[in-house]
Amino acid sequence: MSTRRLRRRIVSGAMTALVAVLSFVAVLALVLILGYLVAKGASSLDWSFFVKNPVPAGQAGGGVANAIVGTVIIVGLAALIGLPIGIGTGLYLAEYGSGRLGWVVRFVADVLNGTPSIVVGIFAWTWLVKPMGHFSALAGSVALAVLMVPMLARTTEEMVRLVPHSLREAALALGYPRWRTSLRVIARTALAGIVTGCLVGIARVAGETAPLLFTALGNLNFSTSVLQPMQTLSLQIYVYATGPFDEWHRLAWAAALVLMGLVLLLSLAARWAIRQRHGAAR
Amino acid sequence: MTTVPMEPVAAPEPRWRALRGTNVADRLYRTVLTTLALVLPLLLLALVGELVVSAWPAIQRFGGTFLWTSVWDPVAGVFGAAPMIFGTLASSLLALLLAVPLALGVAIYLTEFAPKWLRQPVAFLVELLAAIPSVVYGLWGIFVLIPFLRTVVVPPLRATLGWTPFLSGVFYGNSLLAGGVILAIMIVPYIAAVSREVLLAVPVSQREAALGMGATRWEAVWTAVVPYGRAGLIGAVILGLGRALGETMAVTMLIGNRHDIGLSVLQPAYTMAAAIANEFSEATTDLYLSALFEVGLILFVITVAVNALARLMIWRVARGTAVGSRAL
Repeated sequence: MSTRRLRRRIVSGAMTALVAVLSFVAVLALVLILGYLVAKGASSLDWSFFVKNPVPAGQAGGGVANAIVGTVIIVGLAALIGLPIGIGTGLYLAEYGSGRLGWVVRFVADVLNGTPSIVVGIFAWTWLVKPMGHFSALAGSVALAVLMVPMLARTTEEMVRLVPHSLREAALALGYPRWRTSLRVIARTALAGIVTGCLVGIARVAGETAPLLFTALGNLNFSTSVLQPMQTLSLQIYVYATGPFDEWHRLAWAAALVLMGLVLLLSLAARWAIRQRHGAAR
Repeated sequence: MTTVPMEPVAAPEPRWRALRGTNVADRLYRTVLTTLALVLPLLLLALVGELVVSAWPAIQRFGGTFLWTSVWDPVAGVFGAAPMIFGTLASSLLALLLAVPLALGVAIYLTEFAPKWLRQPVAFLVELLAAIPSVVYGLWGIFVLIPFLRTVVVPPLRATLGWTPFLSGVFYGNSLLAGGVILAIMIVPYIAAVSREVLLAVPVSQREAALGMGATRWEAVWTAVVPYGRAGLIGAVILGLGRALGETMAVTMLIGNRHDIGLSVLQPAYTMAAAIANEFSEATTDLYLSALFEVGLILFVITVAVNALARLMIWRVARGTAVGSRAL
C-alpha cells in the first residue's frame, strides 16, 4: 500500500514537473525567435536602412524606406476600410443581433475568421486586380480589410455586451433615443475594449504576406500611389529571405526586426488600452 | 387639483415612441448598422461564388480525378492535386503531434500548477507567439531551425529510426519535417489559449471532489478536470488544425515545394496554400489558373468544415461566449 501511494506521489510530481518543462519550452521558443531577430537584425539598423530604397541585387547597402512607407499606407488604408465595417457589424450584433440575421452574421464572421489568408488573396485578385488590369496597393488593402473585419466584429460585440444593462436602462429612462444611447453611452463605455480590438486587428494584418502576393505585389521603387504596386515589409522579407545573396539575408533580418517591433508595439498598446478600462472600472 | 394627473399623460408620448424605435434617427441608425452587418454575409457569398466560378473549368475537365491523381503538368494541361492535399494533411498532422502535448502542458500548468504570480506573464509570453508574422517564422525557419534540425535533430533520429519509411532518404533541409515543426510552434499559442480558457471554465468543485477522495494533484487534473473539459479541449485542438491547414508563408518557405507523395518526413513536400502562393502568378493558361482556384476552393471547404467543428465543440463547454476570439 505504501509503495503504491509512493508511486502515485512520484507520478504526480513527475507530471507536474513535465508540464512546467513544457511551458518553459514554449516560452523558450519565443525567446529564441525574438533573440535571433535582435541578434541578427539589430546591427543592420542604421540611418540608411530607414531612408534608402533597395539597391540592385548583388550590391551592398540600401534600405527599405519604400517598404516601411508601403506598409503604413497599405495597412492604414485597410484600417480605413475595415474599421467602420467591423465596428458597425459588432454594434449591430450587440444591439439588434438576437434575430436570425444576427445568427447568420455571427456564423459568417466565425467562418471568415478561419479562412486561409491566401484564399482571401486570390479573391481580391479576381475582384480588383483582374478587372483593373494591374496589381495595386488598393487591392492589397481590401484583402487585408476582409481579414480584419470578422475579428473586429466579434471583439466589438463582446466588448459592448460587457457594458452593464443598467447603463442602457438609465440612458433610455432619461429619454435618450436608442441611437444616442448606443453611441454616446454604450459604445463610449466600451471604447477602451473596442480600441483594443482595433489595435489587435491591425497588428494581425500588418504582418500578413500571403494576401499581398497577388494584390500589392511588391515594388522595388518608392511609390505612394495606391493604384500602383507597392512594397511592404512582409513582402520584402519574403523576397530577401528566399533569395541567394548574403546581403539580402542581412536586410531580411533587419526588416523582420522592424516589422516585429511594429507588431509588438501595436499588441502592447492594445494591452495597455484594455488595462485602462479595467483600471477605470475599479 | 384632482384634474391635474390626467393632463400630463400626453407629454411622454414621444418618449415611448423613441423607445419603440419609431423615431426617425433610430430607424436610420438601425438601417446603417444593418447595412454594415450585411457586408460580411455578402462577402462570403461573393467569395464562395467567385471561387466556384473560377474553378469551374477545372472541375468540369477533371472531376474527381483532380483529388486523387498526382500528375501536375501545366504544359500538357493535366492537373491532379493529390500530393498537395496529402502534404497539407501530413504537415498539419505532424504539427498537431508536436504541438498538442506542448500546448496542453502549457494550459494545464498555467491553470493548475503554476504559482499565481507566474500565470499572467507566462500566458502573455506564449500568446506573443501568435503575434509573430508568418513570414518572420519562415525567415527564422530557414536560417535557424533548418540548420538546427540538420545538425542536432536528424542525425540521432536516423541512427535509431532510420530503417522506417518515415525517415528514409537524404535530408537537405527543406522538408515535411521542417514545415511541420514550424507549424507546430505557430499553432501552440492558439491551442494553449483556448485550452486554458476551457480549463478555467471547469468548476472548482470538480477539483475539490477529486482531491477530497484522496487523489493526488495530478490525478485530480487527469481524472476530474481534463475529462470534464474534453469536448472543449478537442475543440481547441481542431481550431489549431484549422490554423495549420491554411497557413501559407512559413510553410511555403520551409516545406520544399516538391510535387510528390512520400512517406518520409525528411523529404520535401507541398501544400495547397504553398502551391497557390508559388504558382498563381506564373499560371499562364486559363486551365492552370482554374486548377489553382480549385485548390483554393478545396482548401477553403476543408478549413471551413474544420473550424465549424471546432466552434461546435468549444460551444458545448463554454456556451455563448466567443471562446478563442480573444486568442486570435
